[in-house]
Parts: sequence; structure tokens; C-alpha cells
Amino acid sequence: DMAELLKIKSEAEDFQSEYFYRNSQAEEKRQKENQAATQIQSWFRACKVRAYFSHLHKKAVIIQKIWRGFTARARFRQMVKAAYFIMKMNFYEEMAVRIQRRWRGFFVRKYIHNFYARKSYLEGLFRKNELVRRELDELEELQKRERDCLEMVKEQTAKVYQAYRLHHLLSTKQCPGVFNSPFRSAPHEMEQLLRQVKYQAPTRLAPGGRACLLGMPGPAAPSFSGTLGSPWIKTTQTRCSSRPILPPIGSKKQQVRW
Amino acid sequence: MQFVQTVADLASRPQNIEMLQNAGVMSMLRPLMLDVVPSIQQTAALALGRLADHSDDLAEAVVKEDILPQLVHSLASQNRFYKKAAAFVLRAVAKHSPELSQAVVACGGVDALVLCLEEFDPGVKEAAAWALGFIARHNALLSQSVVDAGAVPLLVLCLLEPEMALKRIAASTLSDISKHTPELAQTVVDCGAIAHLAQMILNPDAKLKRQVFSALSQISKHSVSLAEMVIEAEIFPAAVACLRDPDEYVRKNVTTLMREVVKHTPELSQVIVNCGGMAAVIDYLGNCRGNLRLPAIMMLGYVAAHSENLAMAVILSKGVPQLALCLSEESEHHIKAATAWSIGQIGHHTPEHAKAVATAHLLPKLLELYMDANSSEDLQAKSKKALKSVLQKCTYLPGLEPLLYDVPSNILKHVVCQFSKVLPHDSKARRLFVTSGGLKKLQEIEAEPGSLLQEHINAINSCFPEEIVSALTIN
Repeated sequence: DMAELLKIKSEAEDFQSEYFYRNSQAEEKRQKENQAATQIQSWFRACKVRAYFSHLHKKAVIIQKIWRGFTARARFRQMVKAAYFIMKMNFYEEMAVRIQRRWRGFFVRKYIHNFYARKSYLEGLFRKNELVRRELDELEELQKRERDCLEMVKEQTAKVYQAYRLHHLLSTKQCPGVFNSPFRSAPHEMEQLLRQVKYQAPTRLAPGGRACLLGMPGPAAPSFSGTLGSPWIKTTQTRCSSRPILPPIGSKKQQVRW
Repeated sequence: MQFVQTVADLASRPQNIEMLQNAGVMSMLRPLMLDVVPSIQQTAALALGRLADHSDDLAEAVVKEDILPQLVHSLASQNRFYKKAAAFVLRAVAKHSPELSQAVVACGGVDALVLCLEEFDPGVKEAAAWALGFIARHNALLSQSVVDAGAVPLLVLCLLEPEMALKRIAASTLSDISKHTPELAQTVVDCGAIAHLAQMILNPDAKLKRQVFSALSQISKHSVSLAEMVIEAEIFPAAVACLRDPDEYVRKNVTTLMREVVKHTPELSQVIVNCGGMAAVIDYLGNCRGNLRLPAIMMLGYVAAHSENLAMAVILSKGVPQLALCLSEESEHHIKAATAWSIGQIGHHTPEHAKAVATAHLLPKLLELYMDANSSEDLQAKSKKALKSVLQKCTYLPGLEPLLYDVPSNILKHVVCQFSKVLPHDSKARRLFVTSGGLKKLQEIEAEPGSLLQEHINAINSCFPEEIVSALTIN
């Protein structure tokens, strides 16, 4: 019993010293163990967080993937629509160009550079030129004839006047006149004129009053619408009835001025 | 009295005037003009007028002796014979030079003459209008002074008078006034002159028609609006008829009128072409000679210059053969130059036109004119320009062939250029070119390598097979 008591006491002392030793050991290692525990805990927490992040990351990727697909498909649909639209517009433009081309060709050929119009214009011009030339020729001819007429009338009046002044050269039965030579086959035209001339002594009648006498001698005189008053020719017609003869105004005897 | 009458009668003959001048008759006549007896005054004025009419020193002597203010002063008061004689003196003085006319204007002559225009007597009006015409003829300033005195409405009234001489003088005065500037012409038109002038076109008197057409052409030459107003008076079909008038100056003035109208715009030319004016003008060209042809030739040139339609109209109316005749018959250089210019205007539009020119054998003629040493510079320049412009459009090869021989190089390059344009496409033309010796001539041309001429020659040579070209080169 004493032995067991000593044993228990020594065990108790061993136990105490063991306890003290273990405590001191534990105290020394406390720091290290604390650090180690902290490290382990921190690593674990890091793992947890990493796992959480990677989880989040994956989910985020999924979301982004879906989103991008969605947007891309929307854009694609838009592009398709735009391309379709552009194709349609090109087609329309092409068709419009064709229409405009035809229209412009037609318009220019019909209204601006009309070949047939030009051709017919030039033909018409040609015909008009011919017409104008012919008409001008006729006009010239007409005018020339009128002028010739007037000339002839002037000549004839001059001759008649001359005959009037030479009335005394008329041939008589006794003596043939200057213009009625026996060697000629027929009397000269002056002779004819002399026979036709009626000599009038200057009277009180004013020279203008004789203008109503008509008549034109000579076979060659052309007939035309003008009347020529030759006061010296014997009248072949009676005086024109349209103009009444006024009685001569009593005036002094006038010198007939030729 | 006797003295004055003798002087007047003597002065009507030019030989006596020298003697009269030496006898110092001018100073003697001056106091006679202040004489009491009216007939002495008139005869003195008449004598003075005849003296001044003869030469310009005498007219200057009249001015120096201060007779003019006296005349002008008495113009207002005297009877009509004196007025006629005084107006005759003023006219005789004014006709010689602008300075003398200025002297007449300076002493108030214009206003006095305008007063005379309001008289009843047609002789006085005629003398006054004639004097105003001579004053206005010299330059624009004098015409302006005539217009400022209010002469134009009175002249237009004179146009309506029955006397032929008065109408003639009034028309010629209006023509002289309107020829200087557009404003003067506008003043004349504003008084309604065009309508009256247009009515007088159908008058049979030849001298009147001359003046009327001359007046219308002077009015229309200034601007498009004036020409349009002249056309609106519808003179044209009637004026074309006057182209067959026997008087040659009437015809010349009608063509001058047409030329002045045509040169402004294509529409005006179209009016004249449509009423058949072309045919009439070309016939006129055939009938007359010398200087009278010039306005007609220029008219054809102006018409053709506007557009190719009108040029084709000229060609259709047989204008080109007529111009060729003109070119060969006329000897004056300025007429030839005008013809060359017209031909150039006709031919330069399209190949059709150039062909028409070439078939009339005008290209060698133009070349000849260009090369001739005697031709004046103007003629040479114009024929060269015409030739070049026609050549640039000419594809009628038989017409071009004679031009390969003896031509200067600046013309030759155009000819060869035309060949090089046509030959690559037309096989018949190629055959013709070889057989007529053209290819041979072409090889003989020496050109600097690299020049345009050489390029054209190469282009032509490449149209033909090698053997032919080498055979001809060797020969």
C-alpha cells in the first residue's frame, strides 16, 4: 500500500509533470498550431471561394453565351432582312433603269431628234423652195409683162401724138402723102394713124374734159384693163355713159401745153 | 437781181465754180441774202447752196463767213421757197464732213430744220429731211442731236405723205439715224416707224423700196429684240418677192436686211428659211455679180452657222454649187474670203454636210486659195480655217484623195487622220484606196516618228496586209 501509494504519488507527479510538459509543449506549439490551423482554414476558405467563383463564372459564361447567341441571331436576322431589301432595291433599280432607258430613247427619238420629222421638214422645205421659185418666176413674169404693157402704151400714145401733129401729111386723092408712097405695097402704119386722127382746133374745152373719149388705135395694141384717154383719136365708141359730161366752164382761151 | 440769177445758173455747172470762187463771190452773196426783195434772197441762197455742194472748202468758207446763223434765223420767218433754198444750203454744207455738220448743229440748224418739218409744203419738208439725213449720217453724236430735237416723229409722219420723193427722203433719213447705235434705232422704232416702213414694201417705186429696206436693215442689225420687232411686222413673204425686182440695189438691200436679221438667233433664221427665203437668195446669187453678192453670201454663212438643221436646209436649197460658182467667178479677195467662211460654216457640222461640200469639189479649191501667195492674209486665214473644220468631219474618201498630193503638213495630218478613221472599217474603201494610188502616196510621206502623223500612217498601214505595204514601200 505504501508502494501503491508511492506509485500513485509518483504517477501523480508524473502526471503533473506530464501535464505540465504537455501544456508547455502545447503552449509552444500553440503559435505554430494556430498558424497551421489558420493556414488550413484560409486555404479551405480560398477553396470554397474559388469553387464559388468558378461556379459563378460558369453560370456567367452560360448567361453570356446565351445572350450573345441571341444578339447575334437578331443581328443576323437584321442582316438578312437588309440584304433582302438591298437585293430587292437593286432589282427594282435595274428594272427602273430599263424603263427609263426605253423611255428616254423613245422621247429623244420622238420629240428631240425626230429623224422622220427632220426628214419631212427637209422635204417640205425643198417643195416650198420649188414653190417659191415658181411663184417668184411667175411674179417676175407678170411684173415684166405689166411694165412692157406700160411701155407699149407710152410708145403708142407718143406715136398718136406725133400723128396728131403731122395731120397735114395725110394723103389726098390728088397727091399721095409722105407715108403713102406708090412704091410701097401697102400704106405705112403712120398713114393709117393719120387717117384715124381727128384734128381739133384748140377750143375752150379744158384738156381734162377730153379724157372721156375712149378708143385705142393700132392692131398691135394689147387689150388690158386700163383705159387710156387719147383725145386725138376718132371715137369708135360713144362717150362712156357712166361719166356725165359737164358743160365747159366759161374760161379764157387756154394755151394747150404739150 | 440779174447778178444773183447769173451766179446761181453758173453755179449749177461745176466748171464755173472755180472761177466764181476766185472772183470772191461768197462775200458778195452774203449781203445779198439780207436783201429786201424775197426772190433775190432765195436765188442768193440757191447759189450759195450749189457752191457749197460742190466742194468742202467752199462749204467751209460758207461756215466761216458766218452765213449759217443768219440762215437759221431767217428760216423761221420766211416763205417756203426761201426755206427750201436755206435747207438746201444747210444740206450742202453738212454733207462733206462731221465738223461741218457740227457747225450746222452748233448754230441751231437742227431745231430750225425740225420746224421746217412741220410745214405743209412737201418740198420744204423734203429739203429739211434731206438736210437732217446728211447731218445724222456722219456719227452717233450728230444723230443723237437730231433725235433730241424731236425729228423722229415728224419724219415718221412724212413717211405717210403721198409724195414719193418725200417718202424716199424720210426713209433714207430714218435709215441714217438708226444705223449708229441700238438706242437710236430703239427711238426710231418707238415712234412706230416699222409698221409704216412695212406697208411701203409693196409700193412699186424702186428707189423708195431701196431706202425702206436699207432702213429696216439698219434697225434690225443692232439687237435681237429689234430684229424680232422687224420680223413681227410680217414683212417676210413680201420681201422675198422683192428679191426679183428689176432694180439691183433693191435686191441688194433686201439681202442685207435678211443678213442682219439672220445673224442674231436660230429662230429668226428659221422664220426666213420657212418662208422660202433660201431659194430666192440663191437665185439672186446666181443673177448678180461683184459686190452685190456679198450680203447674200454672208447671209448663207450666218444661217448655216446656227445649227446643222439649217445648214442642211442651205445644202438642200442648192446653196453649195452656187457658192462654188461664186468662188470661181469672183476675183475680189474679200468676197472670196466671205465665200470661204460660209463654206466652212456649212460643212463643219456633220459628215453629211462635209460630204456635200466635198462632192462640189470645194476642198481642192479651198486648198488652192490657202496656198496661193497672192491671196490676202484674211483670205488665207479664212480658207485655212474652213478647210480644217470641214476636213475634221469629212468621211467622203474620194473627195479627200486629191488632198494627199502637194499639201502642207498641217493640212495633211488632218487628211491622214480622217483616212485612219474610216479605212479600218470599210473594206471597199480600202480596195479603192490601194487601186487609186493613195497607199503609195501615203508611204512617200515622211513623218517624224512619234508624231501624230506617223501614228495615223501606222494605223492605216496596219489595215492592209504586209506584202502590199512592203511592195509599195520598195517601189
